[in-house]
Amino acid sequence: MIKENNLMARTGLLGMLCLLTLLTCLSCNQSEEISYSRHIKPILNEYCLSCHGGIRAQGGLSFLFEKEAMEAQTESGLRPIVPGRADKSEIIKRMRSNDPELRMPKEGPALREGDIQLIETWINQGAQWDDHWAYAQISNPNVPDLDTAWGSNAIDHFIYQKLKEKGLQPSGRATPDELARRLSFDLIGLPPTLENAGEFLKNPTNVHFDDLIDRLLDSPHYGERFASMWLDLARYADSNGYEKDMGRSVWRFRDWVINALNDDMPFDQFTIEQLAGDLLDVPSTDQSIATIFHRNTMTNTEGGTEDEEFRSMSIIDRVNTTFEVWQATTMSCVQCHSHPYDPFKQEEFYELYALFNNTQDADLDSEYPFLMETDSVQKDLRQVRAKILALKGEAVGDLNYIDKSEIKNLAHPRLFGHFADDFQHVLIANDGEFSNSSYNSNNQKDKKYYLIFQDVDLNDLEEIRYHYFCRGDDAVIEISLDSIEGPIISRTSMTSSPGKDKDWQWKSFPLEVSQNGIHDLVFHFINTTGDFRNGVVSVKEMVLGYQGEETTQALRSWQDTLLALYQGGIKSPVMKERTAALRRPTHVFERGNYLVKGAKVQPNIPEILNHEDVIVVDRLDMAKWLVSDKNPLTARVMVNRIWEQLFGRGIVETMEDFGTQGFPPSHEELLNYLAYQFSHDWNWSIKALIREVVSSDIYQQSSRTSANQLEIDPFNIYYGRGTRARLTAEQIRDQALAVSGLLNTKIGGESVMPYQPEGVWQITYSSAKWEAKHESDKYRRGLYTYWKRTTPYPSMTAFDTPSREFCVSRRITTNTPLQALVTLNDPVYVEAAESLGAWMTKQGQGDLKKAIERGYEKALLKKPNEEVLEILHGLHEESVQPMAMHVSMDRNKKKILAPMTVVANAIMNLDAFLNKS
Amino acid sequence: MTVFDELRFRNLQANTRRHFLKNCTMGMGALAMGMLTGCAKADLVTNESVRFTSGRTLSHYAARAKRVIYMHMAGSPSQLELFDYKPTLNRLHDELCPQSLLEGKKFAFISGVPKMLGHQATFAQYGQSGTWISNHLPYFQEVADEVCVLKAMHTDEFNHAPAQLLLYSGSPRLGRPSIGSWVTYGLGSENEDLPGFVILVSGGKTPSAGKSVWGNGFLPSVYQGVQCRSQGDPVLYLSNPDGMDRNLRKKSIDAINDINRQEYEMVGDPEIITRISQYEMAFKMQMSVPEAMDIHKEPAYIHDMYGTRPGEASFANNCLLARRMAEKGVRFIQLFHWGWDSHGAGKAEALNHGFMDRCREVDQPMTALIKDLKQRGLLADTLLIWGGEFGRTPMMENRGGATNPFVGRDHHTDAFTMWMAGGGVKGGMSYGETDEIGYYGIQDQVHVHDLQATLLHCLGLNHEKLTYRFQGRDFRLTDVSGHVLKEILS
Repeated sequence: MIKENNLMARTGLLGMLCLLTLLTCLSCNQSEEISYSRHIKPILNEYCLSCHGGIRAQGGLSFLFEKEAMEAQTESGLRPIVPGRADKSEIIKRMRSNDPELRMPKEGPALREGDIQLIETWINQGAQWDDHWAYAQISNPNVPDLDTAWGSNAIDHFIYQKLKEKGLQPSGRATPDELARRLSFDLIGLPPTLENAGEFLKNPTNVHFDDLIDRLLDSPHYGERFASMWLDLARYADSNGYEKDMGRSVWRFRDWVINALNDDMPFDQFTIEQLAGDLLDVPSTDQSIATIFHRNTMTNTEGGTEDEEFRSMSIIDRVNTTFEVWQATTMSCVQCHSHPYDPFKQEEFYELYALFNNTQDADLDSEYPFLMETDSVQKDLRQVRAKILALKGEAVGDLNYIDKSEIKNLAHPRLFGHFADDFQHVLIANDGEFSNSSYNSNNQKDKKYYLIFQDVDLNDLEEIRYHYFCRGDDAVIEISLDSIEGPIISRTSMTSSPGKDKDWQWKSFPLEVSQNGIHDLVFHFINTTGDFRNGVVSVKEMVLGYQGEETTQALRSWQDTLLALYQGGIKSPVMKERTAALRRPTHVFERGNYLVKGAKVQPNIPEILNHEDVIVVDRLDMAKWLVSDKNPLTARVMVNRIWEQLFGRGIVETMEDFGTQGFPPSHEELLNYLAYQFSHDWNWSIKALIREVVSSDIYQQSSRTSANQLEIDPFNIYYGRGTRARLTAEQIRDQALAVSGLLNTKIGGESVMPYQPEGVWQITYSSAKWEAKHESDKYRRGLYTYWKRTTPYPSMTAFDTPSREFCVSRRITTNTPLQALVTLNDPVYVEAAESLGAWMTKQGQGDLKKAIERGYEKALLKKPNEEVLEILHGLHEESVQPMAMHVSMDRNKKKILAPMTVVANAIMNLDAFLNKS
Repeated sequence: MTVFDELRFRNLQANTRRHFLKNCTMGMGALAMGMLTGCAKADLVTNESVRFTSGRTLSHYAARAKRVIYMHMAGSPSQLELFDYKPTLNRLHDELCPQSLLEGKKFAFISGVPKMLGHQATFAQYGQSGTWISNHLPYFQEVADEVCVLKAMHTDEFNHAPAQLLLYSGSPRLGRPSIGSWVTYGLGSENEDLPGFVILVSGGKTPSAGKSVWGNGFLPSVYQGVQCRSQGDPVLYLSNPDGMDRNLRKKSIDAINDINRQEYEMVGDPEIITRISQYEMAFKMQMSVPEAMDIHKEPAYIHDMYGTRPGEASFANNCLLARRMAEKGVRFIQLFHWGWDSHGAGKAEALNHGFMDRCREVDQPMTALIKDLKQRGLLADTLLIWGGEFGRTPMMENRGGATNPFVGRDHHTDAFTMWMAGGGVKGGMSYGETDEIGYYGIQDQVHVHDLQATLLHCLGLNHEKLTYRFQGRDFRLTDVSGHVLKEILS
């Protein structure tokens, strides 16, 4: 049966290919307008660009850019393309040549005659070099008129037009149960409840369907469902990757995404806050948390790794991810060389790199810089603040929230490492202690260690006191004013501490020249000999010694309490821009190697996408450009993502690549229409976009497939029927828990560790254990499951979740026996079956068939037909008998599976249950 | 859409994996290699999503090996204590390392000027081939004439995780498919009841790069390695819940499949047919995997030969399991044994302590594996590979400029030793040579990409043609390099 099926599909495809090849040749008449981007570019990509483009320009010829191709200074001196004169164009001669020395392509088969004719026609028509569809500005296309009453909104008009062209008809509406399940999974990722869908199921009118859409879009679970999509793009994980793959606290980002989606934050704002929230005027806590998007890059804490290497990797990843997520453009090719197929130059990659190159994070084990969340200790902090201000003799006043800058004020005049406004290489410990040491101790000598405090009051400053520890006598601390090169106002040789263990000493050093005013202080921690042992200085704190100002013991003690409270907060790594003093220059990396630096570059946007010469200086400019109407891609890309979530395939199937190597859109006008509406009339509202799509008739079609449809449109490219697709890993888990009544619907918070088999975590360098903190954590939605990159949750991996080590635009759905084993045997699913089975038994009130019927209905929202009921009833019968025998034979067996559990387990493994149709 | 667009569209579609999985159902590799017309040969074709992988071999050359057993010593064993004998190094022992060796070099831990470290082993030549082997591998000495020792291996990465990724996926960054995934993608499996790509881990830890070293990268997840475990379920979620016997499971799967068949007749989605087969396959695996993993029934002389004790997750048990899986036609069997990172910073890893334990753990079973495969006639078409992700320095490690409490060596990329044996490679051969202290390869150097190219070649695959299109470009295991080591092929 399977074989026959495939055979048919195969012959169909092959037959069609032969036919089309024939037709192609016939279709090359002079009358049709040939487009470079649609017709010619794909041929060049396939046959020519591997030698004549990007990395290579053999014979002096490249077809990547118009100028390169049209004005080529070829080695042969001949013009490859002479517009209007195919007969004079060298490429045509070469493609048709019989001389193996001359014929192009040099290796491999010749071009098909039909292709050559197309190129000929194109040249004769003037060889116009039009934009690739995706790089053209988005305009608002006219909605086609329909000659039928079918169709609810503009989407249907676009779709119908194509269907008609193909000789297809739309299908009828799906049944109410199918529709309710489809809509509910698509909008909130959970099966519908009777509460939400009851009205619609009873009376499936359009009004009730609209009402169901509203309820689901308003549900707080909506944000959770689309967060799953976004977290794949954001490569969100609870561990930092590479060898040690230690835990990190970034779950507040997941909460931020869920909340932003639930609030329907406009997508332009959603973009700006994640890419550059830290650069907004006075960023709020939430806006800082949003920037975790790009702190989800990995940190390599393996012993002996070079931090700068992995910092560079993070920046490269940020460029690649930004361009995949917002532009569906594969920049990763360009980090080593110019793009082989798309018009991007290598230096353009590093111009983007320059935009990301000035954040403070630097692959440090500590993952500095952090946003500290101290909500739980605000009350205590306020009390301590009052004590400190009283001791300082200052007015207490009202303060609602004590943030980092207030803590810094209260700690004054003591300076701690974690209050620094910027730093380089300095290791900063949790308690604020810092040193000019690094784990990779073998190249101490080349490193420059700086700590910068901005806006320090120098009036009446007499001396600086260090609480420090030194093993040897080689370390020197210098302080320069306002910049690294600024005047040195203090220079201090540190001397070794007596004793073997850390013996902290105090030392005071006067300023060389007294200063006035408010200045930035740059501390240089210099290892004069490069010796790892003798040149390292650790500093617990520094105290600014002002004339007449004394830190009393009592004040110190309250300050210590304050700091201890502060350090107990939740640390989320966030983006923070470096100060001007430490700005990093950006160079092209030759062949992508961070050690081989080429030309210096300035921030910029790739030319092909920069329609109006927008000038960008920092990430904020770039983020604003991405969501401006000057950007041709962002709205198209986002619309395509949402479409894919709802239909199982994007209008552009290659979600990750809108370039010339990707697929062309199946419905270009529709994509443009939705993109235009989304970014204009709908004001970037994702909910508005979703509402429009699910309100269309094509979304609501039945997914039943006829032989005729399979023949004409096997992949449902033209949407002549509804989508039938397997649920995602998260949805499969959530559905089992929801239907069985076990689901804990709590929204947000820390990641949880539900049941996982023993021995899955066999990890190096960590004593971390997989264990549920609370009983109720076992039944949270899949998206809250602790995501460890090197050891992802196995039952979700089986259903195609990515490892989240890098950005993933689409999960490729597979169908494997390991999936069957999960839903049949994973204790989570067995427990769910037990729970559903018990509910069924109760509902049946002694009537077996009624119990089974109720269970099936709970799972699939419809009654089983007679045959299905018989099969399930039969399974129940079979389960009773051997159970009894089993028990009598082996009384030691701890557990007996109730027959109804067996039935529930079967229901929860039905194809209809694992799919939405 | 013009007819021309249509054709383009079809072509692109044929190249995308999802459609391919669904429709053009012969080995994925076929299309990737530009053998589109091969689709017409329907009689040999199996559906990839139905089985673990297709059962068809898509060789570019005549294959010498049908399967691979790859023994990875995670952490990287010291070649200077096992295979690479350098009398000069012994003479230089305890002397300060010459500056010329340090200039422009980066090490993971060595700083300042370290001392040279002579062999912590004695060496002799074995077999007719006169292969140098140290006293730490007394069993292995017996199979000297079966193996091809590659003495001038080198790599680009000196940290464990990136080096393992480079070795297994061709790139030090995450996201590429592992060798086993590439091989099963190209060749499928010979056994329909077992996964085509199996992982066996011993030493208590997974390798540094985590499960990415058997990840499918951008290939569909059917090509992911499946970890088979000696404790707990041999494959995750394989056992039925307590209280459900095999008979009842059969009945429940029958019921599920009966209802699914009805669903198929109603809705016509071919994926339903695939799911029905997958449930049948899962049921078969519940029998076949524990059977393959159960070594109790092996005769006593086999246990003696390998030094196995049933029930342990030991390297010895994994060697025996590897042989059993090879017999059953598993395509790629990947072993990891942890604990070879001999820095001398701790006793458990030091050359004068833990390292010797590791040697004892692997010496007997890996020797037994070669002999056992040979006596069963399987060595000729099974390719064996053994080694770490990089080598170790001829200098003693001096972490932070201080002397380590134990004896050890730092990570080293420029020279290390691996060995291969069986299907397609010459036995009794040493290939490549290092300088007089074993610091650099000076003759017949082999980069890890060359090893990958050679491995694929032995399986009949051309490393330049086994490609997969992702994000608009064709990727391959060997990235943009790799040469087949013709000299070592038999």
